[in-house]
Amino acid sequence: MSRYTGVTAEDLRAMLGVIGVDSIEELFADIPESVRLGRELDLPAGRSEQEVYEHLAALAARNRSTEEEVTFLGAGMYDHYVPALIDALLSRSEFLTPYTPYQPEISQGGLQVMFEFQTAISELTGLPVANASVYEGPSAVAAAGYLAKLETKRTKLVASRGVHPHSRAALATHAAGYAMEVVDVPLDDEGETDVEALAAAVDDDTAAVFVQQPNFLGSVEDLGALAEAGKRTGALLVCAADPIPLGVLKPPGELGVDVCVGEGQSLGNRLDFGGPSFGFFAAAERFIRKMPGRIAGETRDVDGRRGFVLTLQTREQHIRREKATHNICTAQALNALAGVVYLSWLGKRGFVELAELLLRRTHYARETLGLEAINPGPVVREFAVRVPDLDAVISRARQAGINPGYPLRRDYPEFSDGLLIAVTERRTKEHIDRLAELVGAPARTGVGV
Amino acid sequence: MAEASYPEDLKYHAEHDWARIEGDQATFGITWYAQDALGEVVFFDPPEVGSSVSKDDAYAEVESVKAVSDVFAPLSGEIVEVNDGLADSPEKVNQDPYGEGWMVKVRLSDPAEVDQLMDVGAYRELLQAGS
Amino acid sequence: MSDDTVTVFERSRDGRRAFVAPELDVPELPVEELLPAEAIRERPAELPEISEPELVRHYTTLSSKNFHLDEGFYPLGSCTMKHNPKVHERVAALPGHARLHPLQDPEYAQGALELMWRLQGALGEIAGLPHVSLQPSAGSHGELAGLLLTRAYHEDRGEQRTKVLTPDTAHGTNPATVTMAGYEVVKVGTADDGGVDLDDLRAKAGDDVACLMLTNPNTLGLFDRNIEEIAHIVHDAGATLYYDGANLNAVMGIARPGDMGFDIVHFNLHKTFTQPHGGGGPGAGPIACSDRIEPFLPVPQVVQRGDRFDLDFERPKSIGKLRGFQGNFGVFVRSYAYICSLGRDGLRDVSEVAVLNANYLKALMGEPGIAEYLPIAFDRLCMHEFVLSGRGAKDELGIKTLDIAKRMLDHDVHPPTVYFPLLVDEALMIEPTETETRERLDHFAEVVRSILEEAKEDPQVARTAPHTTPVRRLDEAGAAKRPVVRWRPEAENPGDPERAAEVSPTAPSA
Repeated sequence: MSRYTGVTAEDLRAMLGVIGVDSIEELFADIPESVRLGRELDLPAGRSEQEVYEHLAALAARNRSTEEEVTFLGAGMYDHYVPALIDALLSRSEFLTPYTPYQPEISQGGLQVMFEFQTAISELTGLPVANASVYEGPSAVAAAGYLAKLETKRTKLVASRGVHPHSRAALATHAAGYAMEVVDVPLDDEGETDVEALAAAVDDDTAAVFVQQPNFLGSVEDLGALAEAGKRTGALLVCAADPIPLGVLKPPGELGVDVCVGEGQSLGNRLDFGGPSFGFFAAAERFIRKMPGRIAGETRDVDGRRGFVLTLQTREQHIRREKATHNICTAQALNALAGVVYLSWLGKRGFVELAELLLRRTHYARETLGLEAINPGPVVREFAVRVPDLDAVISRARQAGINPGYPLRRDYPEFSDGLLIAVTERRTKEHIDRLAELVGAPARTGVGV
Repeated sequence: MAEASYPEDLKYHAEHDWARIEGDQATFGITWYAQDALGEVVFFDPPEVGSSVSKDDAYAEVESVKAVSDVFAPLSGEIVEVNDGLADSPEKVNQDPYGEGWMVKVRLSDPAEVDQLMDVGAYRELLQAGS
Repeated sequence: MSDDTVTVFERSRDGRRAFVAPELDVPELPVEELLPAEAIRERPAELPEISEPELVRHYTTLSSKNFHLDEGFYPLGSCTMKHNPKVHERVAALPGHARLHPLQDPEYAQGALELMWRLQGALGEIAGLPHVSLQPSAGSHGELAGLLLTRAYHEDRGEQRTKVLTPDTAHGTNPATVTMAGYEVVKVGTADDGGVDLDDLRAKAGDDVACLMLTNPNTLGLFDRNIEEIAHIVHDAGATLYYDGANLNAVMGIARPGDMGFDIVHFNLHKTFTQPHGGGGPGAGPIACSDRIEPFLPVPQVVQRGDRFDLDFERPKSIGKLRGFQGNFGVFVRSYAYICSLGRDGLRDVSEVAVLNANYLKALMGEPGIAEYLPIAFDRLCMHEFVLSGRGAKDELGIKTLDIAKRMLDHDVHPPTVYFPLLVDEALMIEPTETETRERLDHFAEVVRSILEEAKEDPQVARTAPHTTPVRRLDEAGAAKRPVVRWRPEAENPGDPERAAEVSPTAPSA
C-alpha cells in the first residue's frame, strides 16, 4: 500500500472474494508469460514526500533562474511579472483537477473561462473567432498550415525567415505529413521580410503565407504590404503574433490577416524551461468549422439559464475521427485560464500601458547600447545587434549576473555575431544601463568594465 | 416530424436517401429514419451548383450536435440547384425531410439507374429487417 | 435560482483597474515617434476594467461551478483520473524550475536537464524501449510524432507506404492523427473475445501498410492475448507497431510494450503519471522507441556527456521539431516527482491496484439489480477498465446511457466515459484507477443501483436530469447552429430552453 492507494489486507480479502479469485496475480492471467517483465523495474525504490521534495529542490538549485540573474533572454518566451492572484486561482482544485468539460452541467466554470478567453484573444487579434487554446506558439503555426491545407487543398506553404525558427521548423516537420513543401522567404537588409521576394514566392499552389509580428528580431513588419503580396493568388495569410505588443500594434485581423496564432506564455504563465504555456488560434468567420481545438459556445438550459457548452464538436477527433480538423484532444486549459486572468488583470488601459512601456524601454535599450543594429527599423520588446567578440562579452556579462540575450548564430548563420536582446517590464533603466556598461559600445573600448 | 413517414411517390436508397423523379431531373434528400437517427440537424454544407454526383457516392455531409453523416446520391447527374434555405434553417431536414428539407436538385445523367432504387414497400422492409 | 451568470467583460466599469504599471524610468517618447503610423493600434482591445477584488471574486465564483477530482470520483474510461499529489505543485513552483528560461545556457540548467534525462530513463525502463523524446505536448502530439517517425523510417529505406491500420475500437485521436500524418486509415475488426481479429489483420497487413496503431489493454479494457502474433504479422509486413499509451496504467512493472513487440510508444503524463488535468490540459505526450527508429527522433535530445547534461541538436536524420523549445518541462517535474515517490515497487502497485479496483467494480456491476440493465460488453477478466452496454436500461426502463450519466451528476459522481468505444451500443466505459478506496467503489455501485431503481418507478427523473447542478440540460443544437463563441454586448444568445428539453439520440454514431 502506498500513500496514494488504500487497499488494506481486509479490503484485499473482501475484494478478491467478490471478484472470485484468490490473488491479484490471477487478474493478470491474460498476459502471456513470454511478454511478462519477470523482474523488478530497474528504477530506484520509492521515497517519502520529504525525500522527493529535497531531491527536486536540489535539482532546482542547479538551475540559474530569472530570480538569480537579470535576463535579457527572449526569443519567444519572456520574463514578465506574473501577479500573485494567478498563482492563487490556478492552485484551486476546482480549476486544477477537473477533466475536459464533456459534461457541461458541472463544468460551467471551465467553459465560461474558455468563452472569456476566446473573447480576449479575439479582441487582441481583431479576428472574430478564437478557440480555447492549442499547445503553444510553433505548433499553432503548424496547425494553421493544416487549416490552409483543408481550406485550399494546395500544396505549398511560404514562410518568412522573420517567423520564429522553431515555428518554421515545426511547420516543416508537420508539413511532411501534410504532403506540403515549405519555402522560406529571406529578410531584407533591415531585418524585415523582403516583400518582393515574398510576392515572387507566392503562386497558384500556395496554400498559406506565414509572417510574424513583431518578427523574430523584434521588427514591426508592414502587415498591409505583406497581405497584399501574399494573398494575390488566393493563399491565406497567417500571422504569428506576440500578444503583448498588440497593445500598441494594430490587430492583424484589421490588416488582412486570415489566421492569427501565437505563443501565450507571456500572458500570465511561467517560463517553466519552455512549457507548459498555451498557443492561441484566431481566424476569420468563414474558417470557424475548420478550426482546430475546443471551442466554447454560449447557450441556454431548460430553465432559460445562460450557460456554455463545447460546440462545433463535429470538427473534433472524438466525433469526426479521420476527417477531423486536427487531432488535438488535451490542450492547455489551465494555462489559458492564466492568460485570460492576466489580460483581465491588465485590463483595457493596462494592456496599452504595458505595451507602451515595453516600446519605450526597448527604444531606450537600443539607443543606450549604441551597437550596430541588425534590424534598425521600429522594434517592440526585442531587437538584434552586432556584438564584436560576442562570446567574451557574454561571458563578462554573465559573471556580473546578467544574461545579455540570445546569440543568433545557431538560427541565423548570417548574423554570426548577432545578439537578440529582449526587454520586459521587469528590465528597469538601471538594468539596461548596467547591460550597456557590460555589453554596449563603451565596452568595446574597454572603458567602464 | 414526430411520426415516421415514407411517401409513396418517392424512390429510396439503402443509405436512407430518397429521390423524387421529375422528368429528367430529380430532387434528393434524407429519409425520416436518417433524420431521426441523426437528431436535430445543425449544419448542412451543400455542394456547388454545376458539380456532378455519382450514384452511391457521398456528395455532402449533414451534421447534428454529436454526429456527422454522409449524404449519398441515389442517382448520378449534375447539380442544378441546392437548398440554400438550409443554411439558416437546417432543422427543416428534421421537420419536413421530404418537402422543405430537400437538399439538391440534379439533372440525371443516366435515368435508367432509377430501376435500381427501392420503392416505399421495399424500403420499409429494409428498415424492418434492420431493427 | 437566480441567473447570476455574468462574464468578466460585463463586470467592467470605466476607470477601474487591477494593474498598476511600474514607474516609467525612460523617456516618455510618443508612440508615433517609435512606430510607423499604419502599424499603430487605434482602438484599444476591449479588455475588462476591473479591480483586483472583483477579479478574484469573479473567477473564484466560476470555480465553484466546477465538479473536480479533489471532491469526487471520476471513473472516466481511458482518462485515468487518479489523485494528483499535492507535493507536485510545490516542487513545480520552485523558482529554479518555474522561472528557468528555455534558452538558458545548458551550463546553467543542469538541474533541469538532469531531471529530463532521468525522466527519459525511467519512461524508457517502464516502456521497455530505450530511446525517449519528451518533446510532444500531449498524447495526440505523441501519436503524430510516432507516425512521422514511421514515415521517416520508411522513406529512409526507400519505401513509400500509404496506409495505417487502426482497430475499430480506437480512440478518435488515432484516425485523426493518421490523416494528419498523410496516411489512409484502414480499420481492423474486433474478434468475439474483444481482441484484434487476426484474420482481418493478416488480410490487411500488406506491404503498403506503414504502421498498426494499438493500445494494449485496448479501449474495451481487455488485454490482447495475441499480441505477439500481432507483432509478428505487422513486422513481417515491414510495418511499425505503435503503442497508444493511454492504458499504460494497467501494466506498469508487469509487462512492457517494448517486450510485447511495439516499436514506438507514447505516454500520457496527464493520465498514468498524474499531471493534473486542468480542465483540458496541460499534458505531455513523450515517446519511446526502438533502435531502428531512434535516428529520426526530434531535436533537441537531452544527452549525457561525461558528468554533464546537454541538448543535442546534431541529429541529421531527425524529423525536426514538433514545437518550440524542449517540451512541457513543468509537467516533467511533476511526473518525475511521482516516479521518485513511487519507485519500482510503487509503480507496479499502481497497476495491480488499478486492475484489482476495476475487476472489483465490474463484479459489483455484475450483480442483480444492475447487470440486467447494464450488461458487460465482453464477459472476461478486465484490466484497468471495463465497458458496459446500456441497452438493457434502454429496452427495459426507457432510459439511455446519456440519462444515467446525467442523473449521476445529481449524486456527486462524475459519469464514466459514454458512447465510446463505438463498437458497444450505449457504451459506458468505467476506469476507477488505483487511488479510489473500496468504500468509494461500493458507493458508486450503490449510486448506479439507485438510479436504475428510480427509473423503474419514474424514468422521467433520469430523462430530465440533472436537477441539482448549476445549470441543467443545455441546448447544444442552438449553440452549434448559430455559434456564439465570444462575448459581444449586442450578441443574441442562440439557446432555446424548449430545444434543450427535447430528448435527442445524441449518440456519436447515428
